[in-house]
Amino acid sequence: MAEVRLTPPLSEADIRPLRVGDWATLEGTLLGVRDATLIRIFDHHQAPPIDLSGAMLLHTAPNVRKVGDRYEPLSVGTTTSTRMDRFTEPLLREYGVRGFIGKGGLLEGSVRAMAEHGAVYLTIVGGAAAWQTLHIEAIEAVYWEDLMPECLWVFMVRSLGPLLVSIDSHGASTYADVKQAARQRLSELLAKGQSRGPVSDPGDSPRGA
Amino acid sequence: MGHDAVGRKRGSVAVAAGGAFYDAVEETARALYIKALKDVPADIRTAITQAYAREQHDVAKKILSLIVRNVEIADERRMIVCQDTGTPIFWVGLGTAVHVDGVRIAEALRAGIERATRDHPLRSSVCHPLTRENPQTNTGYRIPVIHWEFLAGAEHVELLCVPKGSGSENMSFLRMLTPADGVDGIRRFVLESVVEAGANPCPPCIVGIGVGGSADACMVLAKRAAVRRIGTHNPDPHLAALEVELLEKINSLGIGPQGVGGDTTALAVHIEHAYTHITQNPVGLNMQCWRGLRAEARIHPDGRAELGNSSLSAPRPF
Repeated sequence: MAEVRLTPPLSEADIRPLRVGDWATLEGTLLGVRDATLIRIFDHHQAPPIDLSGAMLLHTAPNVRKVGDRYEPLSVGTTTSTRMDRFTEPLLREYGVRGFIGKGGLLEGSVRAMAEHGAVYLTIVGGAAAWQTLHIEAIEAVYWEDLMPECLWVFMVRSLGPLLVSIDSHGASTYADVKQAARQRLSELLAKGQSRGPVSDPGDSPRGA
Repeated sequence: MGHDAVGRKRGSVAVAAGGAFYDAVEETARALYIKALKDVPADIRTAITQAYAREQHDVAKKILSLIVRNVEIADERRMIVCQDTGTPIFWVGLGTAVHVDGVRIAEALRAGIERATRDHPLRSSVCHPLTRENPQTNTGYRIPVIHWEFLAGAEHVELLCVPKGSGSENMSFLRMLTPADGVDGIRRFVLESVVEAGANPCPPCIVGIGVGGSADACMVLAKRAAVRRIGTHNPDPHLAALEVELLEKINSLGIGPQGVGGDTTALAVHIEHAYTHITQNPVGLNMQCWRGLRAEARIHPDGRAELGNSSLSAPRPF
């Protein structure tokens, strides 16, 4: 179990040594994106206004206060990554993104894409926004303010961690492992407790009257 | 003067709430929204501390310690616990010995949410469902969601504010099981739903389950269950036993804090039930994430407000 410090922009060589179960700390630039940001890039075909190559992306939409022409972070937390799963592969392939900080994990297709392109997923504790915000030094820039709060954010972070390496660039995923074990345990529980056959499919069970 | 079957004083005249009352509703709604976002309820804190002591997995223990640290930081620096300002939901308990204007209460609740959002300021998490336009107020058409209940004989109004986080709300499930599916069908549905939800709802969660009613009533019961105080139990012994059994089974699934493995997947399982149709066996599931957002108050007709537990976070007949 290694502990590493990552400072974007990151190269493939920075990412490949990381393995599931390692811990990471992030320094420097972290980009914030969310549903509306990614929908604009990939569904509305608007190129992002900044270079994403080597970037770490945080799945977020923060609470901020505008002071003059700058934004101050009030609460920068993390949202559920799985909702934005379908954007993972094109972010890696088209824009050279090197990783994500999120909660909830990413699904099988994303795990494969991260192995192919060399990217990593780091778990931060969801809901721990007060703690996370103390590691945000500044909001350096904000693009697409019309999407507030789902803009493209440029954060400057200091010692953001511990972050758990939960999907690595070798096809391993803690989320997949935990889910597989939970499904196994579920079938044991059901086999033990079930006096009858499985629950009928809602589609073909008798309804009504 | 005696009481009737639901506790009303016989022959009593309702007290009319004055202008100060509606001002107090607005101010209390504002205060409760912010309090719910900043101050983790005492029962949740206790449950997290107990979970930390019980937890056997190193990674899970580390995550729970970060959760505890986060709650401390939010207390010390008066910060909101999580960035998600949620969908504002209110339960309003109307004392039957107070005469109130429900429309004015609804307007005051909305005004309170808008004022908190503008003055704090808070992120607006509410948008139009199709255009996705965000009014930047945390309110909109039919938002805040308001549930009305009645407090038999009471000379006050109670508010329960739940800014419902989306990570857990997106993991909501309803199944219209058949009578032949029985209680085993309910068990299976709950366990399968928790496995499917996995890491998404920010475990460890409070798992709220609605059993019975109609499809719509069942989901409201599930939400009602999710916002009940930890330590309260369903008054029906059959359902109270099922709460205990399902908590144990859910925590044996190994999903753990944040879904990366461990013994603590749920802090509590709460079930609320209603009678149902002879052809039906509805079961709904709604979860609260670990921060268990909730804040409550009692408001008197003269405008005095008391923040603290109300009867709305306990099992209730209406």
